[in-house]
Amino acid sequence: MAEMREVWIFVEQEEGTIAPVSLELLGKARDLAGELDGRVCALLMGHGIAELSQQAIQHGADKVFLAEDPQLAVYRTLPFAEVAINLVREHKPYILLFGATPIGRDLAPRVASAVRAGLTADCTDLRIGSYERGGKRYDDLLYQIRPAFGGNLIATIVNPEMHPQMATVREGVMKLGKPDRQRQGQIERIETSFNGSHSPLEVLSREIRLPTVDLKGASVIVAGGMGIGSREGFDLIRELAHVLGGEVAGSRAAVDAGFISAEHQVGQTGVTVRPRLYIACGISGAVQHRAGMDQSSKIIAINTDPHAPIFEIAHYKIVGDYRKVVPAMIEAYRGDRTPGEDA
Amino acid sequence: MPYHCVVLVKQVPDTANITGKAMKEDGTVNRAALPAIFNPEDLNALEMALRIKEEHGGQVTVLTMGPPRAADVLRDALYRGADRAILLTDRKTAGSDTLATSYALACAVERVGRDFGPIDLVLCGRQAIDGDTAQVGPQVAEKLGVPQITYAETIREMHNGDLVATRALPLGLETVKCALPCLLTVVSSANRPRPPSVRRMMAYKLAATPLEYGSILEQWPEFGSEEELDGYLAERGQKIMVWSAADVGADLERVGLSGSPTKVLKVDFVSLAAGDSKEIDASQEGVAELLEELTREYIL
Repeated sequence: MAEMREVWIFVEQEEGTIAPVSLELLGKARDLAGELDGRVCALLMGHGIAELSQQAIQHGADKVFLAEDPQLAVYRTLPFAEVAINLVREHKPYILLFGATPIGRDLAPRVASAVRAGLTADCTDLRIGSYERGGKRYDDLLYQIRPAFGGNLIATIVNPEMHPQMATVREGVMKLGKPDRQRQGQIERIETSFNGSHSPLEVLSREIRLPTVDLKGASVIVAGGMGIGSREGFDLIRELAHVLGGEVAGSRAAVDAGFISAEHQVGQTGVTVRPRLYIACGISGAVQHRAGMDQSSKIIAINTDPHAPIFEIAHYKIVGDYRKVVPAMIEAYRGDRTPGEDA
Repeated sequence: MPYHCVVLVKQVPDTANITGKAMKEDGTVNRAALPAIFNPEDLNALEMALRIKEEHGGQVTVLTMGPPRAADVLRDALYRGADRAILLTDRKTAGSDTLATSYALACAVERVGRDFGPIDLVLCGRQAIDGDTAQVGPQVAEKLGVPQITYAETIREMHNGDLVATRALPLGLETVKCALPCLLTVVSSANRPRPPSVRRMMAYKLAATPLEYGSILEQWPEFGSEEELDGYLAERGQKIMVWSAADVGADLERVGLSGSPTKVLKVDFVSLAAGDSKEIDASQEGVAELLEELTREYIL
């Protein structure tokens, strides 16, 4: 009889707040563990963060491995990796997931390398399924589904033999579940032994920097043109971009009219972008603008004029007023995911 | 104090324009069908290494793993200022995932240290545009047993065997102090990579791997034989070394498909064919349906 399969989630916290992606993953882990007839374990590290264990349990953990140590107060690769590697070696989880955040993407490969496991980056979906190779059949494997090749492809990756099956998962793709205040779970404190050991790396300072515009790196862009009509009109554009986790852009006409600053300009005289999704609101689609965005994987155009040239290159045409369509999008997207009280 | 920097670079298919022909039946990428470029953030890593050398002295060794034609990015690195270039190429490493790749690279880095002097820093781009995994850097660091600084943007200072660097994270800057040797993965905002120098392009005109000697001899028969050409290039620092997995002491079970835990089950295309378009009703329902479709197709 095989041991019970465990789905582990690295629960990322900073200054006492759990990263939303970790809570999303705990919910997903519940579904996976249900299919595998296994259980969900949370790996929680930090200093003075014990009370977060309850939150992890309420979101789906059956058991929390809690490591508290002054050396873990601020995230650093080596001490965090050491705790995780020791636990993985001891307990041999079946699946181990991280959020694809800067911390998750720093820690997961370090751990995977040490335990010689496969790791798939930036998954957008996870499922359970079977796999056949060389006449051998593997059941109940984790399908690690991710965009590849600049978002042009979707690859399904499996890791049949060298477990744990490890993946980082993109933020916001799994539904954030409601916490269940009645849920009970076990908490196991992990002894750490950093005392006296000299760490080669120390964090000297951290400064919050205002986010800069990163149009080239954005996978979703919401853009407005002359049709937005005013500076205030762009608030709606910004809100949609924020909800979708994207950037805000403007056409040259919108920039020239002073609706939005020049670093947001897309087009021949601005930046050329190639996001996964480009939403053009109130943009007629002059050649100068199209040259900067027509390579986007998917284009949604919203315009009151059914003959606007932007529709010639749009994959999705919405003839209508952005003042109605954009709020509808915000509501539809939020309604799909907002969990309620804990959001 | 001089530093020995090793820069890990990768030749990548230009992922901007992918068509059906770029994929093979088995779901792997037909790299031969795509234009190959120097992975952009690896150029930032090279630039960072060159500036360390300019400021403190030392040497810059560039290492890549790939097919023979990956020698192109090594020549490019020589044109930009690298002192030495090494191609790790071996059919046995084909199909390596990030775990197997990092193992082979770490073995090669160790050999660089044995052959050309102790290494102070290993640098690479934050991630490669063909996979976007950002995994190989940290995995190489783990295998070498050195600390890693991911998302490195600037080196503030280097002295007494320590380095102070800033990391560009989405929420802000983190400044860390780290003991050398260590590994840095460098972001695109770190610097503006210098272009290849015309003077160096002339000087390294013949730079080649032994795998390319045949075609050089066809063009310049006056070199006589491969041995003579090899001697000529080696003497002038224009020989791009070629190492196999065995040359770097890699356990062959840990490279290539056998050393790769992850397998590709299948690959699906996501892009709509050009000209495909859909009318969406401007109602709440129409919009909700559209967002659902985009989520289902991994666009959102």
